[in-house]
Amino acid sequence: MGYHFDVALPIFCLPLPHMLAYGKIFYATKHRRDESGQECADSPPEIKTEVSGMEKSTWTTKVGLAQMLKGGVIMDVVTPEQARIAEEAGAVAVMALERVPADIRAQGGVARMSDPELIVAIKEAVTIPVMAKARIGHFVEAQVLEALGIDYIDESEVLTPADEEHHINKHKFNIPFVCGCRNIGEGLRRVAEGAAMLRTKGEAGTGNVVEAVRHARAVYGEIRRLQSMGEDELFVYAKEIQAPYELVRQVAELGRMPVVNFAAGGIATPADAALMMQLGVDGVFVGSGIFKSGNPMQRARAIVEATTHYNDPEIIAHVSKGLGEAMVGIEISKIPAEQLMAQRGW
Amino acid sequence: MAVGVLALQGDFREHAAVLHQLGAAPVEVRLPRQLAGVSHLIIPGGESTTIGRLLDRYGMLEPIRARAGRDLAIWGTCAGAILLARQVLDVKKGGQPTLAVMDITVRRNAYGSQLDSFETLLPIPLLGEPPLRGVFIRAPQIETVGKGVEVLARLEEGAIVAARQGRLLVTTFHPELAADDRVHRYFLEL
Repeated sequence: MGYHFDVALPIFCLPLPHMLAYGKIFYATKHRRDESGQECADSPPEIKTEVSGMEKSTWTTKVGLAQMLKGGVIMDVVTPEQARIAEEAGAVAVMALERVPADIRAQGGVARMSDPELIVAIKEAVTIPVMAKARIGHFVEAQVLEALGIDYIDESEVLTPADEEHHINKHKFNIPFVCGCRNIGEGLRRVAEGAAMLRTKGEAGTGNVVEAVRHARAVYGEIRRLQSMGEDELFVYAKEIQAPYELVRQVAELGRMPVVNFAAGGIATPADAALMMQLGVDGVFVGSGIFKSGNPMQRARAIVEATTHYNDPEIIAHVSKGLGEAMVGIEISKIPAEQLMAQRGW
Repeated sequence: MAVGVLALQGDFREHAAVLHQLGAAPVEVRLPRQLAGVSHLIIPGGESTTIGRLLDRYGMLEPIRARAGRDLAIWGTCAGAILLARQVLDVKKGGQPTLAVMDITVRRNAYGSQLDSFETLLPIPLLGEPPLRGVFIRAPQIETVGKGVEVLARLEEGAIVAARQGRLLVTTFHPELAADDRVHRYFLEL
């Protein structure tokens, strides 16, 4: 079940015809051919487009928008009014949703893409980038979101998966995708499928940061281990974590994931956000934590400031004062196994 | 004097990496006291509403304005260009704090949503051959420039994408993402 890579070549041939449609393409890394004689890239993140005229939706622009979000907070919002509060508080982007994860968790049932009317209303309310969620594997929801002209799609485990084997082939889209991961193997599988941004999954809608910490510790710990490995060991490691070898090698060389990696799932306080930043993530998603709290505007501002000044305990202390009630947290061990969202995704 | 990179939010590490390669030791600037020892400041790409709010909240607007273009050379990329512009169009509802020190008018998200982000080869006469790979991400556009402002680069259809007013420099694209250090070298000479 799932993916198994002994060698990681052919997968990169798949998106090529599609990418060629954008214009002449060359590779920053060495060219080579697989057994069928078809040319393969070493890895998607190193594909560069040789631009002639204006080339839209290149890998650089997809990954580039995530770069611009770094050091920032992306907030879940369910109404245009909440989106305005988020923008006013300094969010770098909003995630347009019908229900925040805490409500999805409480109400149960199948969670799907939000009503396009709501997403458009939120898009019209703000000037910052707008993201929205599609179900894992539901490529038509993704097509719909792309047609709405939003800025990023989250292929998200917070919604009920539509496919228990395949994720969306994100190379086929002009719009960039962010995907969740619990470790680098899962993250690199998503990058191989075309994700231009990652986020650790955490456990959404719990207000409990423990899973977010677990996943960030896993990702950054594995990166540090990779950096100490010999070349011979990288092949085996890639096989063990079921990730494309070329991407594994790239992580070892860069000392970081090949795309921007945010934290998500359970961040509820300024200190939570700063904790994730100190663990090494590039920014944070806050879902239920803001609008399920007593004073959303003040808490949103405080989380933004703590994310910027994550290494400055005095500032974190200052912004944490008098925020009112945080969202009620849930003990992870009290959640029935089948309701754990982080386990969705393959 | 050191080179600073405003590190409130955005792709400041990418700018810092280019500066490291050029042998400059960049300083991350988040608070007014970190600004004191800096002769050059890069305002990176990011979200202009976020960076503007944090500049305001942490008392950075006045200290930067007081020195801008005088003993502090500033280069704004993308969001940075918005923050430097004296007039900004399509601002957040209710307006947004900016430095407003350079005599240009900038329109935010002038090309559309992320789906309209693009790359293009950009001839910049000042830098010579080859053209620079211009990466435009939800980019603003410079609509008008004042008398003392020199236009450094335009898109083929005429849109202004780089300009300079004395020791103030703006680009609406991202040289820090293009593996080309020529604009950084140019800025360090300002």
